[in-house]
Amino acid sequence: MAEFNSTKLEDFSGVWVFCEQRQGKLQPTVLELLGEGRKLANDLNTELCGLLLGKDVDGIAKELGAYGADKVYVADDALLETYTTDAYAKVICDIVADKKPEIMLIAATNIGRDLGPRCAARLHTGLTADCTHLDVDVDKYADFLREASTLPAAQIDALNRADRNLKMTRPAFGGHLMATIICPRFRPQIATVRPGVFKKGEYDEAKGNAVAVEKIAVSLSEADLETKVLEVVKEAKELVDLAGADVVVSVGRGISKDVAAGIKIAEDLAAELGGVVGGSRAATDAGWLTADHQVGQTGKTVHPRLYIALGISGAIQHKAGMQDSECIIAVNKADSAPIFDVADYGICGDLFKVGPMLLDAFKAAKAGK
Amino acid sequence: MDFRLTKEEALFQKMCREFAINEVEPLAAEIDEQERYPEETVQKLMKYGLMGIQFPKEVGGSGGNYVMYSIAIEEMSKFCGTTGGIMSAHGTLGAWPIYHFGTPEQKEKWLRPLIEPKEGAKIGAFGLTEPNAGTDSAAQQTIAEKQADGSYILNGTKVFITGGGRADTYVVFAMTDKTKGNKGISAFIVDKDDPGFSIGKIEHKMGIRGSQTSELIFEDVHLPADRLLGKENGGFKIAMMTLDGGRIGIASQALGIAQGALDKAVQYMKERVQFGKTLDKFQGLQWMVADMHTQIEAARLLVRRAAFNHDVGLPFTKEAAMAKLYASEVAMDVTTKCVQIYGGYGYIREYPMERMMRDAKITEIYEGTSQVQRMVIAGQVLR
Amino acid sequence: MKAIVCVKQVPDTSGKVAVNPDGTLNRASMQTITNPDDLNAVEAALQLKDATGCKVVVVTMGPPPAEGMLRELLAMGADEAVLVSSREFGGSDTYATSQILAAAINKIGIEDEDIVLCGRQAIDGDTAQVGSQIAEKLEIPQVSYAADFKIEGGKVTVKRMLEDGYMTIQTSTPCLLTCIKELNAPRYMSLSGIMDCYAKPLSVYDYNTLKDDPLIEPDTIGLKGSPTNIFKSFTPPQKGKGKMLEGADKATCESLAAELLTKHII
Repeated sequence: MAEFNSTKLEDFSGVWVFCEQRQGKLQPTVLELLGEGRKLANDLNTELCGLLLGKDVDGIAKELGAYGADKVYVADDALLETYTTDAYAKVICDIVADKKPEIMLIAATNIGRDLGPRCAARLHTGLTADCTHLDVDVDKYADFLREASTLPAAQIDALNRADRNLKMTRPAFGGHLMATIICPRFRPQIATVRPGVFKKGEYDEAKGNAVAVEKIAVSLSEADLETKVLEVVKEAKELVDLAGADVVVSVGRGISKDVAAGIKIAEDLAAELGGVVGGSRAATDAGWLTADHQVGQTGKTVHPRLYIALGISGAIQHKAGMQDSECIIAVNKADSAPIFDVADYGICGDLFKVGPMLLDAFKAAKAGK
Repeated sequence: MDFRLTKEEALFQKMCREFAINEVEPLAAEIDEQERYPEETVQKLMKYGLMGIQFPKEVGGSGGNYVMYSIAIEEMSKFCGTTGGIMSAHGTLGAWPIYHFGTPEQKEKWLRPLIEPKEGAKIGAFGLTEPNAGTDSAAQQTIAEKQADGSYILNGTKVFITGGGRADTYVVFAMTDKTKGNKGISAFIVDKDDPGFSIGKIEHKMGIRGSQTSELIFEDVHLPADRLLGKENGGFKIAMMTLDGGRIGIASQALGIAQGALDKAVQYMKERVQFGKTLDKFQGLQWMVADMHTQIEAARLLVRRAAFNHDVGLPFTKEAAMAKLYASEVAMDVTTKCVQIYGGYGYIREYPMERMMRDAKITEIYEGTSQVQRMVIAGQVLR
Repeated sequence: MKAIVCVKQVPDTSGKVAVNPDGTLNRASMQTITNPDDLNAVEAALQLKDATGCKVVVVTMGPPPAEGMLRELLAMGADEAVLVSSREFGGSDTYATSQILAAAINKIGIEDEDIVLCGRQAIDGDTAQVGSQIAEKLEIPQVSYAADFKIEGGKVTVKRMLEDGYMTIQTSTPCLLTCIKELNAPRYMSLSGIMDCYAKPLSVYDYNTLKDDPLIEPDTIGLKGSPTNIFKSFTPPQKGKGKMLEGADKATCESLAAELLTKHII
């Protein structure tokens, strides 16, 4: 990395998106980052650039352009084919030191959350993890606060309208608190962004064809790599795509009486509604469902169109992972269960009875449509 | 005077709580329902040194004390009376007499395997009670006949033996001189594999259903001279002293059952709504809670005091009897009231309260009924 | 060989999360626990110790009461503990925290065959940044999301989890791994560990202990040395409580289904 001073703020411009690919395939969440990055770049009146590392990945550049990038930096090298922390961090820090973007967005995937902190530490700048809302424009940020916070209006009105720092908002303590973080004295301002939160932009083929591509000279050698990837394995088992699901039917401790029957009820409902089965930590800890089914603070955060909670009491840890669902139905025997505090529709009853009745009712309703 | 736990005791209490919540509570209903010995839990108790808490490290134990032993049984019993009972019977009845009365060789051979902190350690049990000799031990019909070579031939039957059939090592009492009554009793160490030793009927019990309770049958069991524990004809003292310590374990078990029931009832009262308010808003129930909490705290002070006396070498016969008497009656009273607070839910198997009430009852009976405790206490006061 | 484990004491968010009127967390009213992922890191180190007899050093940055947590880890079997605690370190963000912890690890001493273990992320901040940043400051390789690993002759082979599978990665000591719960099941304290834990060495590193490390400068630690600042902290508005449906019967289910249908939810 060349001599680099992260405190000379005036030297930095442009919004960058790290375009994560695996096995030559772009991670879909990158399109969401481009959508959001486009808005930020427009507000800052600057360009949006994609940063693409890999081997033989030029083909992706056009797609990045079509989804909003003005320009794509491509670093193509055999040593970049598969992600390694050392190779990627070196190449990215070198080009950031050279081109000096003011904002860099990285998807908060397992790879992004490995890469981001390493780069931020090397560049001596700040990083905000797992952001769910971004703003540079203060008016837009104020609108966001009016909607999404309980802050008094006077505090919101008092914001300095000239502020152009990136305001990176993220949940803490499983959504009980929201914090807006800024990085006022250093550049680039780096954020990892939670997948599934932002909307991807419209596909614009003309813009894709017009995208500027700049190849980056890569000076990597095997000696730069202290980690070696021996193999990359895609899990053969069907992954539970909780985060992307439209409908999630979850079970909790309430199925303990007859675990198999409880799961069957959830599976039937999920199949009818085109959803997947999730579970509370109680259900996964007990081994009734594998850990990848867990919804909650230590599991997955979901915001499906419909979330059905069967026999889940609604511990904070669980609610944190599902309370932003569009519609929540809770079935629990205890009328005082905290799950009812976040449910749109609560049914106080035995899930083993109510579950099948719901299934029949859904079937009938859809048949009659 | 200081009523606080030491920092080690406090940390140990925390560890026991975590263990109980993660390992004991999830199995409590199942082992009760199935009358199943919680082998997997017992193995973990062994691994973490919880089956040899109060014994010094030199003899293979964990180097704790009786206060810790009491804490551990209380914490496990909050969720599962069976588990607390297993720990109590093993530690004070099975292991302690060998620790206190055994020769160095006997301790090495028989005690260490019982109390070592590792999985696969052995379990101890105590064989005193007979069909016609409960606490009235002088009525023993099990006989150990001395042979010319100094060995003994053991014949007879024991009943209601906690851990019977599961335990590896038994301390068994038998008459070596029928003419002398209590002064003719001796204690022996019997191995589960000794020829002629078999397990009889396994009892179906009202409570603590996961702790296996059985008959022991001895038919011409040959015991070498080195199986004699303590002096010949000195067994009555061993039995009585062992039961003194055992009462600390049972008192702790009773205390835990009572506290566990009250904890659950308090939680339930905050959630359950009747007549438009949660149960904790009803003064009649508030007063029940206040009384129960006070009773439990008083029981705890008696239990800890007895354990403390044991730890520092003060007499504890009366203290242990009072602790056991009071804590067991509190356990019965509190669990009965907690079933009442739960109402119909307290009476059905789906909720833990009826199990806790069934488990509580044994603490008024075994290792000396409440009536026997009163005899012991009165005997100490009026002597 | 030794294993250095970085741990954090965090509020227990499995119970009630208490928030002050100003939107900050009411830490005083909450129980503290050892961060769950960090316990997996401790367990991994203790398993290394069981297998090789290596030394296990646990290190945390926090206020003086964090000593209680360190004693618990010593009671689980760790050999030594280091509490990094100083007024100057207060207010550190992940960048500054990793500077300080890296300096503390330098002070403990990291040799060729050593390994540093961290939890994936802490449940209070959920940033998952400090581990990687410590590795950067120590200039050693990192592998995050470790679900399994083995060490043979200085070669470390790690199963690193991805969302859709895993990678097998090889690196060499000294290196840093961040551990996830799939790695192991943390053990409890043992009684004999509890009896010994107050006699085990516990060092306190303050600003003066670490100030000679080049990583420790006034502008790299504490609030002043933190690139990121909290601009606003707030609580989201409570989602209004929905309606409890009367009766858990067929009619209820049917009317609910009809309502969801008209709202295009099903």
